[in-house]
Amino acid sequence: MFAERMRAVWVIARRDFVAVVFSKAFIFFLLGPLFPIIIGFFAGAIGASVQHDLDRAVIGVAMPARDGDKLIMARDAMADHMTGGVPDMVVIDRLRPGEHFDARAILKKRQLAAVVTGTLDAPVLTATQGRIDDWRGMVALFAARARSSEAIAYPDVRADVVITSAAHEHNGQVVTAQAGQLLLFLLTMLLAGMVLSNLVEEKANKIIEILAASIPMDALFMGKLFAMLAVSMVGVAVWGTGYGMMVLAGARSIPLLATPAVGWPLFLALGFLYFAMAYLLLGSMFLAIGGMANTVREVQTLSMPATMMQLIVFFLASFALARPGTWIETLSEVFPVSSPYAMLAHAAEHPAIMPHVIALAWQGLWVVIMVRGGAMLFRRTVMKSGPGRVRKRAANRAGNRAGQPA
Amino acid sequence: MGKEADVPQNDPPQDLAIEARGLVKRFDGTIAVDGVDISVPRGAIYGVLGPNGAGKTTTLRMLLGIIDPDAGYRRVLGTENPTEVARRIGYLPEERGLYPSMKAYEAIAFLAALRGVPLAEGRRRARRMLDEYGLGHAADRQIRQLSKGMAQQVQLIGTLIHEPDLVVLDEPFSGLDAINQGRLEQLIRGLAARGATVLFSTHVIAHAERMCDQVAIIAGGKVPFAGPVDVARDRLRPQVRLETRVRDGIWRAALPTDARCDVKASGSAFWYFTLPETGVEPLLRALIEGDAGILSLSIERAGLHDAFVAIAGEAAARALEEHREEAEILAKKGRR
Repeated sequence: MFAERMRAVWVIARRDFVAVVFSKAFIFFLLGPLFPIIIGFFAGAIGASVQHDLDRAVIGVAMPARDGDKLIMARDAMADHMTGGVPDMVVIDRLRPGEHFDARAILKKRQLAAVVTGTLDAPVLTATQGRIDDWRGMVALFAARARSSEAIAYPDVRADVVITSAAHEHNGQVVTAQAGQLLLFLLTMLLAGMVLSNLVEEKANKIIEILAASIPMDALFMGKLFAMLAVSMVGVAVWGTGYGMMVLAGARSIPLLATPAVGWPLFLALGFLYFAMAYLLLGSMFLAIGGMANTVREVQTLSMPATMMQLIVFFLASFALARPGTWIETLSEVFPVSSPYAMLAHAAEHPAIMPHVIALAWQGLWVVIMVRGGAMLFRRTVMKSGPGRVRKRAANRAGNRAGQPA
Repeated sequence: MGKEADVPQNDPPQDLAIEARGLVKRFDGTIAVDGVDISVPRGAIYGVLGPNGAGKTTTLRMLLGIIDPDAGYRRVLGTENPTEVARRIGYLPEERGLYPSMKAYEAIAFLAALRGVPLAEGRRRARRMLDEYGLGHAADRQIRQLSKGMAQQVQLIGTLIHEPDLVVLDEPFSGLDAINQGRLEQLIRGLAARGATVLFSTHVIAHAERMCDQVAIIAGGKVPFAGPVDVARDRLRPQVRLETRVRDGIWRAALPTDARCDVKASGSAFWYFTLPETGVEPLLRALIEGDAGILSLSIERAGLHDAFVAIAGEAAARALEEHREEAEILAKKGRR
């Protein structure tokens, strides 16, 4: 019976896989991730340009002539030794003794981030509160340097670089865990949603009844899930190959992530397995929900809550990542739908293998439960009676014929 | 299986392809099928006859294991779980359906694969059967490119491709023109001739009467009659049609009280009545001795239609007739 069921799964999976992969729509599906990359590229370029303009902050200096020049010389001398953005300084006015300068008025007229007035002994910084917080200390340093008549020799600091530290390594692994979760979430979101509309074709083409009469319904569910999993593998392989080619061509760089606790080979293998589990768990749920829909429009209506549910699961796993050792982390690792995300993060941070064996078995059990439950629900609700149109007419007739059953 | 299952204690007779007892199905609190009993002998052509909404499709779906009954017992090809013998069953649902993007021969091979035929073998058989049905030219065309009639034939081939022991057809004649209905009748007889059991539902009494060894009459979710067609017809007394030269005479006392009379312009009279329990001989003797002048006499056995009216009631018969007319209109529209 098991072999018979697996054969049925294979027949359905093969049909669906061929139907999807050899369709024109699949090309667009493969091109899908290109669009956010292109949009990201342009948005990034525009954003960088805008940021560059914004970052060119200029501080105006309106001091007695010698003080202003000294301050700018001090700024130029120290800027090379300071990391981060050191704003430009320009003399906007050389004041005569006793002359008053209205810094507030000039800030309204000219494109200046701040204005320094007063003297080197008592400089005044006029700017918004944020700018003052950022630059107050820096202006004091420049003024102190400008007041000093002696040449200051900056000693050379010898660098003693260590590969890593405990804190750095842990932080790096957290970043790796986050990156793994994010990638897993993006892939699952991209692919699991496809199964929502998977049974609409069978229902719309009225082939569902033949399938239901020929094979067990859970074999139909399983076949569809595995077909879509295989389709997603094709997608991941194509995207991975594309990314690899871009890296080789020098267009993109490999993100530098800290080595996960279980090592890269096992982490990648677990990533693959957890992706399959996350996909199968969410996919079986979506398949069951989508199975209730009769039209594409109904599927579209269902897709919003389904996406929201995916987001909640992802947020739970991400939230748990920041709270190691708490009940939230345990919950996210045990709750079947969030378990793949949480356990992938676990693999990045902890070297133990056994929890993954247990987690995969647990998730696999839930895949079977969800598939069987979904199939049962679908079987109960999908075949209620004969064709709708004729049934409706019969009901109308029955209504016309007072007191007589249709 | 339902909790109220009336499971036969002894092994079921081996010559039954289908045996169902007390099948009940409710949908949202409404009873669709209410205690259906059916016994389909192996090798028989068996009709489920009833108007639309009577519970035919639901009964077939329960027998095939597509849905489970809320109560009752079913045994199909020797097992209580029909999905175990799905490979030996061919099913043509009332709502025909195929994947539109599949080529005709691929669609048939897919249906064969669902029933356990290897894909390569299914493709080979599909091409051969398409040739046999005169559709060889359409083998490589997508289903969406075929006419409705051709697609129906492709689906029928897909139903039979795995040479099933039991063929279940839900309203197989609907949507077919007269020529294709005749072909289908031939095909069904051919299936039975090679030993397959054919169970089909229909709302057309003529099809059931012409083809079936046995019928189940279903109305309002119940089966008031299930058995040989002859037994159904024998539920009614034969009708007598008598033509006499004269209208009146002492012989009239021998006619049953329900006799109706039509007087013709020539003076002769037609009499219609149910054959009396005593038979035709006493009546004939009275007619001859009374000098009624018998011009013609015929005794007609009741048809299945009359039997249906008597068994299922006038309302069900009227619904059956309306459904037939409706289906004919839809079939004409579909052909256009």
